[in-house]
Amino acid sequence: MTANAMQSSSVNRRPFTWSSPLTYALALAVAAVSITPVVYVIIGGFRTTPQIVADPAGLPSPWVWDNYARVLTQSNFWQQTFNSGVIALGTTLGVVLLGVSAAFVLARYTFRGREVLYTFFTLGLLFPAGAAILPLYLMLRDLNLINSYYAVILPQVAFQLPLTVVILRPFLSAIPRELEDAAAIDGTGRIGFLWRIVLPLSRPALVTVGILAFVASWNAFLLPLLVLGDASLHTLPLGVQNFSSQYTSDTAGILAFTSLAMLPALLFFTFAEKQIVGGLQGAVKG
Amino acid sequence: MTSTNPTLDLAGGATAPPAGRRPARRSSYRAAETRRKWYEIIGLTTPAVIVYVMFVLVPIGFAFYYSLFRWRGVGPPTDYVGFDNYVLAFQDPIFLDALRNNAIIVFGSLLIQGPIALGVALLLNRNFRGRTLFRLLAFVPYVLAEVTVGIMWKLLLSDAGTLNALMQAVGLGGLVQAWLADLDIVIWTLLFVLTWKYVGFAIILLLAGLSNVPQELNEAAAIDGASWWQTQRHITLPLLGPTIRIWMFLSMIGSLQVFDIIWVTSVPAVRSLGASATMATYMVDNGFFARLWGYGNAVAVILFVISFVAALIFQRFLLRRDIQGAVTGRAK
Repeated sequence: MTANAMQSSSVNRRPFTWSSPLTYALALAVAAVSITPVVYVIIGGFRTTPQIVADPAGLPSPWVWDNYARVLTQSNFWQQTFNSGVIALGTTLGVVLLGVSAAFVLARYTFRGREVLYTFFTLGLLFPAGAAILPLYLMLRDLNLINSYYAVILPQVAFQLPLTVVILRPFLSAIPRELEDAAAIDGTGRIGFLWRIVLPLSRPALVTVGILAFVASWNAFLLPLLVLGDASLHTLPLGVQNFSSQYTSDTAGILAFTSLAMLPALLFFTFAEKQIVGGLQGAVKG
Repeated sequence: MTSTNPTLDLAGGATAPPAGRRPARRSSYRAAETRRKWYEIIGLTTPAVIVYVMFVLVPIGFAFYYSLFRWRGVGPPTDYVGFDNYVLAFQDPIFLDALRNNAIIVFGSLLIQGPIALGVALLLNRNFRGRTLFRLLAFVPYVLAEVTVGIMWKLLLSDAGTLNALMQAVGLGGLVQAWLADLDIVIWTLLFVLTWKYVGFAIILLLAGLSNVPQELNEAAAIDGASWWQTQRHITLPLLGPTIRIWMFLSMIGSLQVFDIIWVTSVPAVRSLGASATMATYMVDNGFFARLWGYGNAVAVILFVISFVAALIFQRFLLRRDIQGAVTGRAK
């Protein structure tokens, strides 16, 4: 009877069980530590500053929509979201394009110096890119790129390339040699093989490196802080930081702005969680 | 043929490049084919190499050059001072504080996040209803931008903030602290915020590693009468070794260059006294905002060298076995 019940409820061979209460208690504790501060910030955005000052830990009474409405209508929220979006998309596109062509060569061509080239790229994982931020700023200034989207996009593509190559290379190597031979017999060169067979087959890996690049760019702070002095080019992280230091007494407004800035990342992650975790899994497993 | 263990293969890639297939005879067809191959190799890798060299490697070279000058960033640097900037840095107690703080963050992160992440990963690797949701919730802090996390905790931990009010309300008023203003406490507060933010990354990596542990091993152990704890201790943990070491490496590099959360959460006045400065915030404060470009670049070089040496030592002593495995796995 119980065996039957378990079997019928089993999806993909592993039966889900109502585990011991202890497991649930611990899992709930983990979840509480992770999200309580976040929930507090979101709910705090529905209160007024006097309410918060009088009782920092209370619930909204009454609920006010004014803070969120104010941020959405009066601040530069939309402009900053747009800037973040353009920069993140540009970075993602650049990383995927450059990353896949370099990784393809490193994975599918045999030539003298190949491993040297690979090591050369992986060196980027060994040290913090942030260490070179000052000379990078000076260089961008000399190139007249300061206060442009490129000043953020180009360096971010460069920072992200080592990880991208390291994730993509084994994936591209794993595509069976027979497919390449078959393509060659059909008269397709290696470039045609890359375009018609490798790219479609490696879509999951491309999506993963793309998402990693997008999230890194969306959250980036130091580089935009230095190279985007022009307020009309500010990204969301800069916007949140400026808002919070400009209107220090408007606690409710800061909470609302912070919540709204969190929202895209949270939504994005909810949809892309499988890809991110799957990609890291590939990187760990190889 | 190629590396089977990419993330571990940071330095191992330099070992014995497989020799290219040498053409047996030099027919003109072969020559044309070889030429085309090289055109393709160069055409496909050049854009990536240029961007990477220009925006990652060249600036590091420039940092060293600029660090030898006293320079306010206007016009070309002319006031050559040799290694004076480096001497100055190591004589500045604020910079030494920054070094100490980085050390606290590096070791604190490893010692605190490691055990927590391991426990949570083992927990969330168990099969129970709602596991996916709990995993998602545990990753939330890691997904949020550093800046939003920093501002959030700044509000929660300020003198008149939520935490202190809560503590007062439950009768712990005696433990109320100036979490972000007390010079002796602030670095530990920041370590807490960093832990909250980044433990999720360790959990993601460890869960990925756990999912690669063959289910059959656990089942075999269960058949042999091993308890859940025994299985974790004797089967899962040893197999997680490489993943744990990769995480330690990434965590160490991240801790050495930590900037965003420190910058946003801690008050500039506290930072300028050294209590909450790190090498990166010290570098940006002095180089960019105080316009001491030569000095700032010297700090950049110090940060770079420390990270690089730490990375190499880590590679040599801790990742060695993994790399050897990768290398022997490659040999035919």
